[in-house]
Amino acid sequence: MTATPVAPTVEGAPPRERGWRRILRAIGVQNLSLVAAIAVLVLVIGSQNSAFYLTSNLKTIGMAVTISGLLAVVQTVVIIMGGIDLSVGSVAGLASVASAMLFTSFGSGVSLIGALAIGAVCGVISGSVVVFGRVTPMIATLAGLIGYKGIAQLVSDGRAQGYTGADPLYVFLARGSVLGIPTLIWILALVAAALHVMLRYTRMGRNIYAVGGNDTAARLSGIDINRYILGVFALAGTVAALAGVLITARTGSGQPVSGSEGLEFQSITAAALGGVALRGGKGSIGGTILAVILLGILLNGMSLLGVNPFWQNIAQGTLLVSAVIIQQLRNGERRVGLPK
Amino acid sequence: MRTVTQASASLTARGISKNFSGVRALDGVDIDLPAGRVTALMGENGAGKSTLLKILSGDHLPDAGEIEIGGETVSFQTPFDARSAGLRVIAQEPEIVPHVSVAENIYLGALPSGRLGRVSQRAIEEQARQDLERFGFGHLLDPARLGVELSPAQRQIVEIVRCLIDEPQVICFDEPTSSLSDHETDVLFELIARLRDEGRAVGYVSHRMHEIFRIADTVTVLRDGRLIGSREVTDTTEGEIVKMMVGRDLTSMYDRDRREPGAPALELEDVTTDDVTGVSLTVHHGEVVALAGLVGAGRTELALAIAGDRPVRSGVIKVEGTPRQFGSPREAIAAGIALAPEERKADALVMVRTVRDNIALAVLGSLSRFGFVKARREKDLADRYIEQLHIRTPSAAQLVQNLSGGNQQKVVLARWLARDAGILILDEPTRGVDVGAKAEIYQIIDELASRGVAVLVISSELPEVLGLADRVVVMQNGRVTGELHHTEATEERILTLAIADHLSDEGATS
Ligand SMILES: Nc1ncnc2c1ncn2[C@@H]1O[C@H](COP(=O)(O)OP(=O)(O)OP(=O)(O)O)[C@@H](O)[C@H]1O
Ligand SMILES: [Mg+2]
Repeated sequence: MTATPVAPTVEGAPPRERGWRRILRAIGVQNLSLVAAIAVLVLVIGSQNSAFYLTSNLKTIGMAVTISGLLAVVQTVVIIMGGIDLSVGSVAGLASVASAMLFTSFGSGVSLIGALAIGAVCGVISGSVVVFGRVTPMIATLAGLIGYKGIAQLVSDGRAQGYTGADPLYVFLARGSVLGIPTLIWILALVAAALHVMLRYTRMGRNIYAVGGNDTAARLSGIDINRYILGVFALAGTVAALAGVLITARTGSGQPVSGSEGLEFQSITAAALGGVALRGGKGSIGGTILAVILLGILLNGMSLLGVNPFWQNIAQGTLLVSAVIIQQLRNGERRVGLPK
Repeated sequence: MRTVTQASASLTARGISKNFSGVRALDGVDIDLPAGRVTALMGENGAGKSTLLKILSGDHLPDAGEIEIGGETVSFQTPFDARSAGLRVIAQEPEIVPHVSVAENIYLGALPSGRLGRVSQRAIEEQARQDLERFGFGHLLDPARLGVELSPAQRQIVEIVRCLIDEPQVICFDEPTSSLSDHETDVLFELIARLRDEGRAVGYVSHRMHEIFRIADTVTVLRDGRLIGSREVTDTTEGEIVKMMVGRDLTSMYDRDRREPGAPALELEDVTTDDVTGVSLTVHHGEVVALAGLVGAGRTELALAIAGDRPVRSGVIKVEGTPRQFGSPREAIAAGIALAPEERKADALVMVRTVRDNIALAVLGSLSRFGFVKARREKDLADRYIEQLHIRTPSAAQLVQNLSGGNQQKVVLARWLARDAGILILDEPTRGVDVGAKAEIYQIIDELASRGVAVLVISSELPEVLGLADRVVVMQNGRVTGELHHTEATEERILTLAIADHLSDEGATS
């Protein structure tokens, strides 16, 4: 006695195509519309400038989105858990400086591990402020955004640090490739795949969705929510630090601010565009990755077509707002009061 | 503010249909709500009652059909349209703004303001006091309380008053009593009778049969989104209505064979928390103990303390004979205690996740290997409970927020039954559940007890308490006022213990 079979309609209402609706739902209408948007964009840009289709340009796009993409996928995890991490850009900056300075004194291995560890510590600090200090993630990580940036500027005296441009490991990270695909793209693909598997197929992932969807229910179901909050913020710090190391690798030196400023908002933009609900419990890595690709192509296309770079921000803002409006209208959200 | 109009408008709806992406919720339903009468709307969980009311209130647009009020065809695009046409629906799950006062919650969207649009807190609280008084709820609710502090019953009262202040001509109630205690229910019924006598049309949804016979004039039954028929209350019987609802006869739902209980599974000695004082009680293996009392007697808080979610200030909780102190629900669950909480939306369900995820939430550990959830076993588990509890959903992959209220309740139960715990605490397990499924749930509780599970049921429905329990423990004001063996338990004795003024422990003990 579950669903009633679809009876022939009595009057008015047209019968719905149940089959294809269901398939659409499985892929996610959200993701399909992102794919469609990407396709349209590719066709439009490609018809204006065929250099867009060159393999070298595709690699350029991939490499350009790696750093913001890493932050976007880990931001996705944080937001699904019901949090938000505004400090990821600053942590990346701090890790970039730290990696360059550690490199100068101890070499590439130590610098890589040291930078990641610093990122993890930053994440644990944010998480502890949230859990033990009872500060909302927005405020706790806003403090992190300011504070970690300050630390990066303080230790570097506000200047670019070190020179990693000759080190084989850093060169490999920045310009190497495996099986013809740039290392940078590999890194983003691996991190995204790992997070996707974690969210989708593991107990940990399920519990992250539950904490974000209803934390009281999660607690009463025996989930140690504090551990999840600390763990997810630590993860966000670590991945942000990885992005910071890649900034060092690409520019050849540690950048306290210039390579990372504003990345936190880009990561939130991509997550929201990818269908992650800011109130938690909803979203996927796949959607975010599609959004990252869409944004990457948009920016690349605009520079290929010689559009004034100031238009880029306007385009991103417009895209975000229209995507979310479309989502909400599709959900049949009532136009009353503050939206949910 | 609107002036009081002479109410005499009836509502008729013809051929209402509604689909939700493949789920047929309503299929050509006709319904009449005549002025000056109370029309009860009954049907199983998922029959389409709430959907029908949401269409009447402008929350959903129908796919087909027409609505007339007082002979004029109306079409509601938004809840505001319905409101201006003089129609209000009192929601099953009221939305309360947490951090503002009861008074502000009542006048939400229509705050009375003074000169220069200034809202005077004092003035609206005074007005709220008068309005609460006018509808008979004056002694039950303080207009200055904040939304977050309200019990489910008080939230429901806020919703009721909120809807009545603009004198609607057609008023529909969606399971208003599921969170009210008997006293509040009496007040509400007096109010409904008054509304009817004033000539308003009243629609009333409930799963409680005795309420229907007490308050309704006509009963209209829906099944699987279709209209089955209408009967005058004076010439029908409970049996006939149940048969119309479920399509078959249902016999005596309550009553189980009591067995000799086993060893004590859960013992409370003089337990004091922030909300309860000096509570002692024992639940044995194979025994069903009911915790009775008025809403607000501290039963839910006691359950949360046993389950490790509230600190125990003094006293001892023994599990299987060993004193235990739980720092978190996690530890209590590991010790074999499962608690299905009372408030499904706030405390139990992850609304934006699927039925499957919600059922599996407390047993993911045993469904996983190396941290990976075995999708197959998870789905089998969910399907088993969907079938056993008759959860009405197109599939296990449906989002819980798309289920009807009673079906959501069954998902909560399924999660905790799946835990297979030795000690099972059920807080209002059948709230909003239809008669057929209730009988099913009683049967499951009986089976669990026969397998040796210790069951503690918190319930405000006395027939349920009497039918299920081996022993009844009665609480009042955070204290145990008495304990009755099932052979000596009657509605009167339980009520006496639940509302007696003196707090003596002598009461009736077995
Ligand atoms: N937003 C929605 N999306 C999909 N299905 C829905 C939605 N709302 C309701 N339904 C489905 O429509 C059917 C009727 O639901 P409705 O809430 O009207 O039942 P009900 O009679 O009020 O039941 P209950 O007694 O449990 O409250 C159910 O099968 C439900 O799952
Ligand atoms: Mg309902």
